[in-house]
Amino acid sequence: MAWCRTAWRPSLLVALLMAVVTGTAAGQEESLFGFGRAATPREVREADTTVGPEGKELPPGSGNAVQGAAVFAQRGCPLCHGPNLVEGPGPKLVVEALEGLSTTYYPVSYWPDAPLIFDFIRRAMPYDRAGILSDDESYALTALLLHRNGLIEEEDVMDADSLPRVVMPHRSRYTEPPADWQPGRPRPWTTPVP
Amino acid sequence: MSAKQSSRRKFLRNSAALAGLAATPAGLAVAPRTASGQTRVAGAVPDMNAMEYVLYGARSRFVTTTRILEGHGHYEDDRPKPNPYRPSAGTPIRDLVGIITPSSLHFATQHHYGIPEINPSEHRLTIHGMVDRPMVFTVDDLKRFPASSKIYFLECLGNRARPTDKNVNETNGRMACSEWTGVPLSMLLKEAGVKNGASWIVAEAAEAGHHTKSVPMAKVMDDVLVAYGQNGEPIRPDHGFPLRLLVPGFEGIYNVKWLKTIKVVDQPYKTFQERSRFMGADRRSRHFIYELGPKSVITFPSGEDHLPEHGTYTITGLAWSGGGAVRRVEVSTDGGQTWTDAKLRGPALKRAFTRFDLVWKWKGEEAVLQSRCTDELDQVQPSVAEFARFWNKTESEFLRTGATSFGHVNIIQPWKVATNGLVQNGLET
Repeated sequence: MAWCRTAWRPSLLVALLMAVVTGTAAGQEESLFGFGRAATPREVREADTTVGPEGKELPPGSGNAVQGAAVFAQRGCPLCHGPNLVEGPGPKLVVEALEGLSTTYYPVSYWPDAPLIFDFIRRAMPYDRAGILSDDESYALTALLLHRNGLIEEEDVMDADSLPRVVMPHRSRYTEPPADWQPGRPRPWTTPVP
Repeated sequence: MSAKQSSRRKFLRNSAALAGLAATPAGLAVAPRTASGQTRVAGAVPDMNAMEYVLYGARSRFVTTTRILEGHGHYEDDRPKPNPYRPSAGTPIRDLVGIITPSSLHFATQHHYGIPEINPSEHRLTIHGMVDRPMVFTVDDLKRFPASSKIYFLECLGNRARPTDKNVNETNGRMACSEWTGVPLSMLLKEAGVKNGASWIVAEAAEAGHHTKSVPMAKVMDDVLVAYGQNGEPIRPDHGFPLRLLVPGFEGIYNVKWLKTIKVVDQPYKTFQERSRFMGADRRSRHFIYELGPKSVITFPSGEDHLPEHGTYTITGLAWSGGGAVRRVEVSTDGGQTWTDAKLRGPALKRAFTRFDLVWKWKGEEAVLQSRCTDELDQVQPSVAEFARFWNKTESEFLRTGATSFGHVNIIQPWKVATNGLVQNGLET
């Protein structure tokens, strides 16, 4: 078996020993397997890249819509979103009326919490070079989108403190998950009325 | 050059030339497909005694089924496609037998950010957040845990039939069923020690766009897997090599491929796929519907089939439900006036495809074939009218807008058999 062979590699032995040592230090039950190893603080920092709705993970840095417009042009965003954010061929980033709104993509003003906009821009844009944007650039682009959708002023600076406080106007459209869901229950929605 | 190499090269050359005929504007080479899989591919003569096929088997050259290219992904109109443009491909359900989908024919949608190449010996799974001991696991570490192997279906929440769909590949191509092998995530979380108050996890992928998805802890502790095996071999790159999350019965998008990070948290993180898309027909966003409904579809006879003569046919199809095991499948051949229980083939497994059969004598009359699934929670697959009524639409309104507006479409699929034996989609606006 493959693991029988690999188990005797020195690195794995060391990892196993470390796991046992850290396990003992933490006082865990004997029933644990002890496979894997403790993550270093640096590894945890590097893995912690998702920003939640409350913005607790927002990094230092800042930007406003004026800077955002410059970043937008400089990073090639108009290639997909058009010079005014609405021409396509990618998703329109500004839409005023609900009517005519695509149900597959809808613009940032309909998102429930503002820190989520920062999260997606930083993790997944630009489409063909995801991950190249700095935190400052991501704040600036977030500010640009919020401003063009009429949610903040052009000079308003977005940072870890101000971004979570932006009021999102369509929050009430967002259906929260069912709080008491358990496996093995019939589905709460889309079950037809008999 | 040896004779073997020569023969292989000739095969590759011929295949390439053939594929070139079907090249798309995006430059994708696609082999021509036949619905029956019985068409001989001219010129391609692989030597089945060649060492390469002795070492890694290949299918007969008379079998040519491929995945089904989907034209537009999320670009439903004629706007220019994004660059790079990576189309989705569906499962050729029409050509498959049994309940297992070969990994190479398993649907693969929404690879907007491409399929990453990951060296498994360098890959790590990090578990952090609300845990006592943040942990790092190699793939070898994970293989040392007691494993679980289960047969589960995967279905995209957008797996829906439109009146314009010609065959069952088009109505139902975004679904598949495999045996998945991996470690229960609950076991890994026990190693890390979940803190009081933790109620969700956020799973993150290693691909360029870092797809993320929130999963409620009640589901994680029930049956979620960190999988490394699919149908007896390592998961294929387009399905998440070397690790993917398996969230049985939930929407396909929960099953995060190329899994690299799990953060334990106290609320849903409303990630991109949970906040910006999939607005319901009532213009409210519903991102946490979780399980897919009870559903079934007849795969034979189905759209574009032709019954050559009056006589006996075995109607067959697939049934499944995110809620658990399929308890019953009924089949109607008269447009829903009468229903007969079909025979369920093999054990009906929880959250897996279940194959059903019903022997039918066709005397040449016009017929409408339909199947209806009931699962172990007594959830029943709805008719078009029932589904439309739930969303306050008429049947016709629903069918006209259903192509883009609804997820979780689990309507009963009708196939119309004409007196001349031709079968076509029975959904009409």
